[in-house]
Amino acid sequence: MNAREAAGTLPASAAPGTSDVRLCVEQAGYAYAAAERAAPLFTLEATSFQTRRRELVAILGPNASGKSTLLRLIAGTLPPLSGRVLLDGVSVSELAPRVRAQRIAMVQQESPLLFPIRVWDYVLQGRHPYGRPLRFESPDDHAIVENALAQVGADALRERWMHQLSGGEKQRVVLARALAQQPLLLLLDEPTLHLDIGAQVELLRTLRRLAELNRYTVVVVTHELNLAAEFCDQVLVLHRGRCLRAGPPAEVYHRELLEQVFETRLEVEIQADGTPRVRVRGRD
Amino acid sequence: MAPLTPRRLAWVCGGLAALLFAVVVISLKLGAVPISVSDLVLNLGRLALGRTDELPSEYRMIVFEIRLPRILLGILVGAALSVAGAGFQALLRNPLADPYVLGVSSGAALGAILSLIIAARATVATPIAAFVGAAATIGVVYLLGRRSGQLDSYTLLLAGIITASFLSAVIMFLMTTLSGRDLRGMAFWLMGDLSATSPVALGWLFLVLVLAIGAIYTTAADLNLILTGEQEAMHLGVDVARVKIVVYVCASLLTGLAVSVSGAIGYVGLLVPHVMRLLFGSDYRLLIPASALGGAIAIVVADTLARTIVAPTELPVGAMTAMAGAPVFIYLLRRRLS
Repeated sequence: MNAREAAGTLPASAAPGTSDVRLCVEQAGYAYAAAERAAPLFTLEATSFQTRRRELVAILGPNASGKSTLLRLIAGTLPPLSGRVLLDGVSVSELAPRVRAQRIAMVQQESPLLFPIRVWDYVLQGRHPYGRPLRFESPDDHAIVENALAQVGADALRERWMHQLSGGEKQRVVLARALAQQPLLLLLDEPTLHLDIGAQVELLRTLRRLAELNRYTVVVVTHELNLAAEFCDQVLVLHRGRCLRAGPPAEVYHRELLEQVFETRLEVEIQADGTPRVRVRGRD
Repeated sequence: MAPLTPRRLAWVCGGLAALLFAVVVISLKLGAVPISVSDLVLNLGRLALGRTDELPSEYRMIVFEIRLPRILLGILVGAALSVAGAGFQALLRNPLADPYVLGVSSGAALGAILSLIIAARATVATPIAAFVGAAATIGVVYLLGRRSGQLDSYTLLLAGIITASFLSAVIMFLMTTLSGRDLRGMAFWLMGDLSATSPVALGWLFLVLVLAIGAIYTTAADLNLILTGEQEAMHLGVDVARVKIVVYVCASLLTGLAVSVSGAIGYVGLLVPHVMRLLFGSDYRLLIPASALGGAIAIVVADTLARTIVAPTELPVGAMTAMAGAPVFIYLLRRRLS
């Protein structure tokens, strides 16, 4: 049994109707240029996919393939130049920042902290979208933060300083802050980057469990092909700003496609439970 | 550090306000003419009850016409510079930012001097020109401080220090070539001085400072998040562009006003927010009022020392703050580099 079945999710094809669709990316594209009228330096071509509640989606691709750009379009912080991104039917880039933060939470690659901050205060920041200016956190906010820390198994860390945590601990706390936002959509930009293999599996397992428990839709940018195959319902493969393929891992993971995208010799095995597994062909 | 609650906020601010009051009483007492505490309390009481005719004339002269206005000006300038410093630190995501170190004070001083040269009679023009000078300088320093599109904290500091030095040179040039005109001394513009002010100017200053500090305070919760990263703040629902404009305009206004009435007093905006962070944590909802009160205390203490340690000669207050602030700046810089 693979991780998806273990978590009790329905396979994508069995979900009834389209009313269950939470995130709908329709022909969304973007271009970066050095100056307004200059030729674009990088273009993300029109990309489309849909995803439901409780689903985990992985965005895969080599460096500079447009993964983070696509994630920012989904997050609504970068308005698409073409197409649109709808969350429950509403265009995300048109939401007011505060409302958007109540619906979409983003876990980013680590940014340095200027001043020391405790875990509890850090996670409490996740309640910011619900507060009015100058309002102090309510008992409800504290209960939500408590719960968020418990969900990622970080209760014991609450009094610790952020800069004294290990990579895995920090990642859990950052995730807890995103949970405190009580979002519909949880986005993660390379969350496995500085984690050892044990912590990576633990993180994906946690995401799977949270998606199920809180009915989140989770979109994660990652380099870990095998973890994505094991834990995700859908994968998107980006290459030089183009989405080459989107769908369940078993349908997307073909040797020719992955070799073309990652420019290295690979092998794809289908395991007994139908999950594909990618191996590097080192020696022939 | 205990989490911030309204109760803790009230206790900290109340404590600092009490300390400020004590410092003001001591400062009124000290000086070239010593005054006993009992006389001071008696006469302050008479003043509070409106019985000004019972005040001995030498008291009225020394305490209420010389020392008190100077202390009140110090309170306003200290609060303005400290809050401006805390604001620039969040805006530029740089804990070493300070209006003086970044050249903003020199920009304000140059603006004020130019307005005095061009339109000497238009007293309203001076603070406005100082504000424009401050805002323009921080804009230039911001642009110079970027490296490949990213704000680099050391490039920024360097850009600020170089800009400050350039602007100081321009100020010296103007002062030397235009001597004889009513521009106040060079020490005033380069080192700061609290000696001359009018009650009307104090009133206006108070009003505008309260508004500007209040406006920055409305963004306090947002600033906490901007300090953890602009992108992150955006994802947590902060309208980053709006907050930056509010803080940019208000911090420039605070610096410009402070400089137009007291010259370029340095390091208060660096030192005070830093000490407040060490004592009370870095939550801006507490840091801003604590910095305002702490800045007031710092300037009153510095100015009292400036006019007493070599009495009857007076030092510029900026010399006192620089003697305390510059070593702290070096210490913080070295600690960040290690």
